[in-house]
Amino acid sequence: MLYIKKYTGVFKRSLFFLKRVIFFLSILIFTASSYSLENVTTSRDSYVSSGISDARVLIPFFADDTTSSSICGLVYNGLTKVDKDLTIIGDLAERWEIDDGGLLITFYLHKNVKWHDGTPFTARDVRFTYETILDPETGCPYISNYKDIKDIEVMGPYTVRFRYAQPYAPALLKFSMGIIPQHLFERVKDIRGSSYSRNPVGTGPYRFLRWESGEYIILEDNPDYFVHAPYIERYVYRIVPDQAVQFLELVSGGIDSMELNPYQFRYRSSTPQFEKKIEKYQYLSHSYTYIGYNLKDPLFDDRRVRQALSYAVNKKEIIEGVLLDLGEACTGPFLKGSPYYDEEAPGYEYDPVKAGALLKEAGWRDADGDGVLEKGGEEFRFKIVTNQGSQVREDVAAIVQNQWAKLGIKAEVQVVAWSAFLDQFIDKKNFQAVILGWTIPIDPDSYSVWHSSSAAAGGLNFISYSNRRVDQLIEEGRRVFDPAGRSEIYRDIHRRIALEAPYTFLFFPYATPAVQKRFKGIEPAPAGIGYNFIEWYVPENDVKYKF
Amino acid sequence: MFVVMHLAPGDPASIRYGLNPDVSESARAHFSKMYDLDKPVLIQYLLWMKRFVSLDFGKSLIDDRPVIARILARLPATLLLQVCSLLVIFCLSIPIGIISALKRNSLFDRVMTILVFIGYATPTFWLALLLILLFGFKLEWFPISGMSPWYTAYLDSFARCKDLLWHLVLPVAATAFGGLAALSRYTRSSMIEVLGENYVLTARAKGLSERRVVMVHVLRNALLPIITILGLTLPALISGSFIFETIFAWPGMGRLGYEAIMGYDYPTVMGVGVMATILTLLGIFLSDVMYAVVDPRIRFGKRQ
Repeated sequence: MLYIKKYTGVFKRSLFFLKRVIFFLSILIFTASSYSLENVTTSRDSYVSSGISDARVLIPFFADDTTSSSICGLVYNGLTKVDKDLTIIGDLAERWEIDDGGLLITFYLHKNVKWHDGTPFTARDVRFTYETILDPETGCPYISNYKDIKDIEVMGPYTVRFRYAQPYAPALLKFSMGIIPQHLFERVKDIRGSSYSRNPVGTGPYRFLRWESGEYIILEDNPDYFVHAPYIERYVYRIVPDQAVQFLELVSGGIDSMELNPYQFRYRSSTPQFEKKIEKYQYLSHSYTYIGYNLKDPLFDDRRVRQALSYAVNKKEIIEGVLLDLGEACTGPFLKGSPYYDEEAPGYEYDPVKAGALLKEAGWRDADGDGVLEKGGEEFRFKIVTNQGSQVREDVAAIVQNQWAKLGIKAEVQVVAWSAFLDQFIDKKNFQAVILGWTIPIDPDSYSVWHSSSAAAGGLNFISYSNRRVDQLIEEGRRVFDPAGRSEIYRDIHRRIALEAPYTFLFFPYATPAVQKRFKGIEPAPAGIGYNFIEWYVPENDVKYKF
Repeated sequence: MFVVMHLAPGDPASIRYGLNPDVSESARAHFSKMYDLDKPVLIQYLLWMKRFVSLDFGKSLIDDRPVIARILARLPATLLLQVCSLLVIFCLSIPIGIISALKRNSLFDRVMTILVFIGYATPTFWLALLLILLFGFKLEWFPISGMSPWYTAYLDSFARCKDLLWHLVLPVAATAFGGLAALSRYTRSSMIEVLGENYVLTARAKGLSERRVVMVHVLRNALLPIITILGLTLPALISGSFIFETIFAWPGMGRLGYEAIMGYDYPTVMGVGVMATILTLLGIFLSDVMYAVVDPRIRFGKRQ
């Protein structure tokens, strides 16, 4: 909008301000590729996105599934958000100040923001939201992200200050949680059960219109949105539970976007019908797949053994075979391309010779010549478990099983239904090796997965990784706000974890969304494609839905 | 059913929040406590029974809404689909059965026999996908999936009804095809049986028209076993709808049940189970009433 305002302004004032014309023209040249010369200030058409499951609850701090979160992201705003390069920027907050070494965070809010019902948004809404989250009676699943907040003070109608018990650097990103309106919720006793959980009122670019369970959710544009009114009039989320049917709907135009799987991306999308109407995008998804070794198991005690297992895995072959080349090799727990990911960390390029040498060094030999390594009379055999329902992980299991077998390591694959997998294997730490994936949060804080205290029962450090230096670094990373200092800390963590090889880090898959070509203004970035949805538009002649 | 659900390994809290680094252990505990999942299964069952007698099915573990509200929101879609397919089954299979019986071993009889058995043997979900691919995708005659698309929210009610009928065609065709076999074969065999009865011979001897003999004397007597089958078709259709509604993105109760099972949503699974039982009983009750309508001997309270 910023650009467009300037651009329409050109024609009004150009005769008088020649200098400004030149300035604006230079901007125009830069933006000409993304904005056609057409006027896109009016909102039109509808964008029909799709997913396999329905939303659950449209209150931001209860949303615990991707559908609910993405709808909440359009209806509500947080104090902060991330831009296309995943840098933290203000959302409802115009700016903020961090004082007392991170103990005080003061947010200065935008002044022209209104709730969808017309009531002005103020700092009291912010305090109300976080007080509600911190009330244990509310039952917010994310309460632990805010537990260090000591008190919240409204300094003025548009200023709010958070006091922390101890510095907590991930806080800034945690403040991206959507703010709810105090004037509607203060009288509500049971927020989860209230009507607002299905009829949300927020400050976001889209207003809630209608939700038919199991069918669709309709959002309409908010013409008073404080950044600018969105250019697409309606955002519709359609639930199509079967992925094959979803694909047919996409090609025939019933939906405007979906997430393709590698097979659809490679082999089903080259028909003329598809290519004429639909654009494919690809970018690194914020997740990785790994093989985790239970460090409590004596078999994986020796670092050389774990390194050998990693050297023996041909990641390239896996990415080609399983993801049809739609992914990149992974060496550590942070997002590739982010400041926290160290490209120099040990990557365990496929090297069976080195793997063999390391195993020999650790005392594993095939003495009886049966093709299986032994040590002290024990054969190198173990069980690798993964969950049912993920073809990718099952395929990975089959490939690594084969790759390890070449070195004389016998791995037996067991595929278990997700719930039983969590209950019987992960929570009880009752496994030898697992194939799993993590989503990579935008904030690099890795306490819950890599800190030794998270190895307690039910914790996510179920492989029982414990390294005192890494613990210290993780704790330090929570205290340091300075971006350069933080990136150094997490790069260090990355190198240390990679060296010890508690996981064989496998790959980052690509996210592969497809969108109808009539939508313009899409710019894939590390943040994906949805981050600038309010800049998307449909040229006047391509509008599909007119009511 | 309660025991079976709880026997399956897994914990709703870990299904809902499993492996999410942002969700604390205390939040999971809070969730389990809120739904009494921390109590022994027997106690949970008694609590469920206690609520059940006051017709309270509890709240869903997936979206925290009352189960009864979730089911009632989905029930009309399922009933609409099932009633329509029952009507189609009824209207097609009885004539098929009658004609097959009258022209036994004719070409029509043979073709129909093969056809209905193909229908019976075809997995519904596969047939559904084929129909979608051919009539929805390739030929674009009918919509691919859904019941009433989002844009109908902007249309008047007449256009909405028309659109709904349009969306019904493929799902009804797919369910009805599989249901033809039982009913048409039963009609055929009981017609054949009745055709050999003495009173049919009498009717013909009286010089009644063949049409009257078949439609009044034979069909009415042949209807009894057919009604039994009809009463039993409804539960079969409902159980079939679990997978089927998922494919067509039909917002019905079967899909709700399927999603509930996948999400370890005990209260909803139980609720859907109870509702399916009620519908089955209702089907049996209806067929009992129809016996009485068809067969005067079964009527009650009129004995003098």
